Amino acid sequence: MPHSVDYIKRLADKHGRGLESLLPILENVYLDRHIISEDAMVEIARELDVSAAKVFGTATFYSFLETEKCGKYVIRVCKTITCMMHGKNQIIKEIEELLKIKLGETTPDGLFTLKETNCLGHCHKGPAMLINDTPYTELTPEKVREIINQYRVTAQKSAS
Amino acid sequence: MKEGLKRLDLIFKNEHDCEVILEKSLERSNDELIEDLISSGLKGRGGAGFPTGLKWKLSAEAEGKEKYVICNADEGEPGTFKDREILSSVPHKVLTGMAICGRIIGSQKGFIYLRGEYKFLIPELQKVIDGFHELLDKLDLNFRVEIFVGAGAYICGEETALFESMEGHRGEPRNKPPFPTDAGYRNGPTVINNVETLAHTYSILKYGPEKFKDLGVKDSRGSKVFSVSGDTPIPGIYELEFGMTLQKFVDDFGDGDAKAVQVGGAAGFCVPRKKFDKTVIGYKGKLTGTSLPTGGSMMIFNSSRSMYNVLHNYLDFFVEESCGQCTPCRVGTQQLLLGIEAVKRGDKSSQYLEELLELAETMRVTAKCGLGQSVANSFSSIVENFREEMIY
Amino acid sequence: MNEQVNLKIDNLSVSVDAGTTILAAARKVNIRIPTLCHHEDLCVAGNCRVCVVEQVGVDRLQPACAIPVSEGMEIHTNTMKVRNARKQIIELLISEHRAECTTCYKNGKCELQQLSNEYIVGENGFIPLVPLKGYTIDEFSPSIIKDDSKCIRCQRCVRTCDQIQSIGALTVAHKGGEMKVSTFFDKPMYEVVCTNCGQCVNRCPTGALTEKTYINDVWKAIDNPDKYVVVQTAPAVRIALGEALDMDPGEIVTGKMVAALRRLGFNAVLDTDWSADLTIIEEGNELLQRLKRVLKDKDPNVKIPMTTSCSPGWIKYIEHTFPDFLEHLSTAKSPQQMFGALAKTFYANKIGVDPASMVSVSVMPCTAKKFEANRPEMHASGYQDVDFVVTTRELAMMIKQAGIDFLSLPDDDFDSIMGESSGASVIFGATGGVMEAALRTVYEVVTGREIPFDGLNVMPVRGMENVREATIKIEGALPEWDFLEGVEVKTCVAHGLSNAKKVMESVKNGASDYHFIEIMACPGGCLGGGGQPLPTSPEIRQKRADAIYREDAGKKIRKSHENPEIVQIYEEFLVEPLGHKSHELLHTSYSPRNRY
Repeated sequence: MPHSVDYIKRLADKHGRGLESLLPILENVYLDRHIISEDAMVEIARELDVSAAKVFGTATFYSFLETEKCGKYVIRVCKTITCMMHGKNQIIKEIEELLKIKLGETTPDGLFTLKETNCLGHCHKGPAMLINDTPYTELTPEKVREIINQYRVTAQKSAS
Repeated sequence: MKEGLKRLDLIFKNEHDCEVILEKSLERSNDELIEDLISSGLKGRGGAGFPTGLKWKLSAEAEGKEKYVICNADEGEPGTFKDREILSSVPHKVLTGMAICGRIIGSQKGFIYLRGEYKFLIPELQKVIDGFHELLDKLDLNFRVEIFVGAGAYICGEETALFESMEGHRGEPRNKPPFPTDAGYRNGPTVINNVETLAHTYSILKYGPEKFKDLGVKDSRGSKVFSVSGDTPIPGIYELEFGMTLQKFVDDFGDGDAKAVQVGGAAGFCVPRKKFDKTVIGYKGKLTGTSLPTGGSMMIFNSSRSMYNVLHNYLDFFVEESCGQCTPCRVGTQQLLLGIEAVKRGDKSSQYLEELLELAETMRVTAKCGLGQSVANSFSSIVENFREEMIY
Repeated sequence: MNEQVNLKIDNLSVSVDAGTTILAAARKVNIRIPTLCHHEDLCVAGNCRVCVVEQVGVDRLQPACAIPVSEGMEIHTNTMKVRNARKQIIELLISEHRAECTTCYKNGKCELQQLSNEYIVGENGFIPLVPLKGYTIDEFSPSIIKDDSKCIRCQRCVRTCDQIQSIGALTVAHKGGEMKVSTFFDKPMYEVVCTNCGQCVNRCPTGALTEKTYINDVWKAIDNPDKYVVVQTAPAVRIALGEALDMDPGEIVTGKMVAALRRLGFNAVLDTDWSADLTIIEEGNELLQRLKRVLKDKDPNVKIPMTTSCSPGWIKYIEHTFPDFLEHLSTAKSPQQMFGALAKTFYANKIGVDPASMVSVSVMPCTAKKFEANRPEMHASGYQDVDFVVTTRELAMMIKQAGIDFLSLPDDDFDSIMGESSGASVIFGATGGVMEAALRTVYEVVTGREIPFDGLNVMPVRGMENVREATIKIEGALPEWDFLEGVEVKTCVAHGLSNAKKVMESVKNGASDYHFIEIMACPGGCLGGGGQPLPTSPEIRQKRADAIYREDAGKKIRKSHENPEIVQIYEEFLVEPLGHKSHELLHTSYSPRNRY
């Protein structure tokens, strides 16, 4: 983990040092690092002149602000009613088999994390999921295989 | 063949008259504009149904150095997706409403609180905002709109929780009073409106209050955008007139086997088939039967669905999404969930459902905010109407 | 005059100031509405919902603690709807609480238990949630135990830590069913910025936050015939102990306390007041030396303002929060630790006891003193200077355990040579007291005359104002102190760490030019300490303060330097203030700690 001091200073310069900037800064940290670590929170507390516990309390309230390391791509499958009715369990099973991980886990290569989430707002096109910020709807096992494959290819390309 | 429900296109009509509407409106006095809004009968489309004109009036009269206009786009209610559609297809209507509101209440600062799940909308939305800012500059109206992105918390759709969130806190609802019109974001007088409400103001400003008022029924004027999902062959977004019965709705949208409709999402009511006829969609005011307000979520369940599973899913949702600060909601949601599980397993007798119904009623009358108060809606309506499904 | 609002509560007409809550209005007509998350020292939360009442014309019940009265309002506090709702809310709280009352440290003093009793919560409650979840009991801190399984999420502790103390060691984390009171990353309390002040303990309605008790260690020592057990009692204990033993706030029980300690079996009953006088001599002289080196010698390495160092909560706070200002702290140890260092040296020698077999116990109004006694800095005697610290509350428990009828005890006197005290030491227990005591001595050292306040009462530094300032002009300085002639000595007193923070920030940014600052970590000073009897409120603290100043006024000796046993120890052992022995035993320094 790169030292957070200068990094958080830069983020505070960018977003501001008032408490109103706390969520934007936390989101930014997560976006960059796929985790909001202890040491990042300490630096945020320093920059915003609040207690570290306060930063922790706010961060843990929001389900997208992860305090444990996530993969490059976080898959969030909607588990709310209509997606459930339209077979989200089948989708999760498919992804678990594809990635060889269980719900809540991250692939050993650090590429994918699989999670469930509450209503994504695509109830007319369930089952739905987000991969990072991008929504995918009307999922079928075939479609999921295709999508995951695309991400794998993209990741490989950017690696080489 | 029966005549179907009239499909409207007030909101989604492809029209781009922001400049004309703004110019025309800016020439009129604040009082005139508020009067139009009030006489249109427009009420908040987030579900609570507070008269929009009155809300703007109160904020205009409130004293405060900094005032704010906030568009609540934290659309998290299960079964609701209309705001996403409005923000992607007619964002300029929302922005126009915000700018006029800013002029009326004396605010230079607007925010769109966009739920984290809708981040993918930002690039397009930001472009529209940038263009809109240019228009405002041209018209010499000092008003700016900024997007604030949520981070995954249903409760932030509650207006005071939303302010807390924007201020860098946990999204925990505040005690009311004070109300947002007096002390909202950063304690400034704040108008906070649902996306759809703001989009409607565009039409009212453009066509005048009469056209809007002519639609709908007493106490529930205008059109409403419905998010239709569940067991329907035609899920999607529909703009319909207020005042329809659920029977008519199901005739149009059901799959012929509808046994229940959940009106208003997990926080709303579940209406069984036998009450379709007597249930009217609209705000308060007795019509032919029960009148149900809604943020626009309509979920249809056919006879293949277990209402136990439906309720279990809702309660699971509430246990996770309760902010946790007040006792009835934090602990009550957990007890309802564990309670129906225990009855289903046979660990508790079916009599326990009565205790749970009492608990739900206690939550309704004692919880701090709308979330905890409304858990009773779905719980009681499902348990009372589908009691046997809870037990066997 | 404020606008008056008229309303009816349970059909009784009430007229109160606009802005008053329903709860406060009801109290005015002697209607008690139950509360849990409400606390007089804290902002409104409206979380627990136990205080709900019925308002005529409103369907939902209203939280009495959070809703201001309005004209014509009609409130009913005792309807079927209200009783049922309250009972269910209490049942819900019990379902997430490890309700093992008979074995709980707070048994009999728990507010949830009290309500459960009032509402006759039977066995058919809800499904117990505690066994379904993991929970932690954090026992690592020498001062405070945090037991999550007893927490009812009222957030009094979080508000205390944040608003009264500006520490922020505690927060609310996660949400929904997972929501809990937590430290940063849920670390043990001793690893985070907690100052051990115990204000959270004072306000926790249940057994979720309690002091770590050393009662059994003390009993063991007393029971051991090979141990010589000495006990010291802090100034603020004697004016509050009675509250934990069925007496009213504000009763002075010094004599009974001494008698009780003797009956408990301590070998020597001595007084922290004595070492408080000693602290004044050392700290007062240190102040004068600092002033000399700054004002006369122009020594850039010497720091003023000097701040007091008696309050261990304050010490830990400055170590965490203002580490650059540690050199401003007086090097004088607290009275507890001065006593401890001398008990196992001077005193042990005097009475012919091997310090290795001596057990030094202190009774303190404070939880942070437990931490202080365990500091590595505090082994000046070659042993741990103070072995066990018990709070005022724990002493009351010991008295009960021993079957002593406290109210009927005859008054008794402290043992001699570390038991005599002046009125100046008594007032250590109140905010401003150390300042006043120091001024009484310092002014006289410099001018040879008594401080020019009526009856030696330095009124400007007394009271409960958050931050108080007083300027004392030196006139007629003795030749040795001529550099102080005409100098206006600027002093400042702050209590509660949020006020300390404000003062230190003004020092940091150069907005103030104080010479001497007194800081006490707790509201009201030690009399409002984290180890004092429950409950606490501004009214109770005021009564304790009144008692302290009464005790001072009744003392024959009012100035620390006139305490004969202080004169004696300098003649026989210490030789002179700030001398070699003092340096070795009575002074120390502190080191920076993690800021977050």
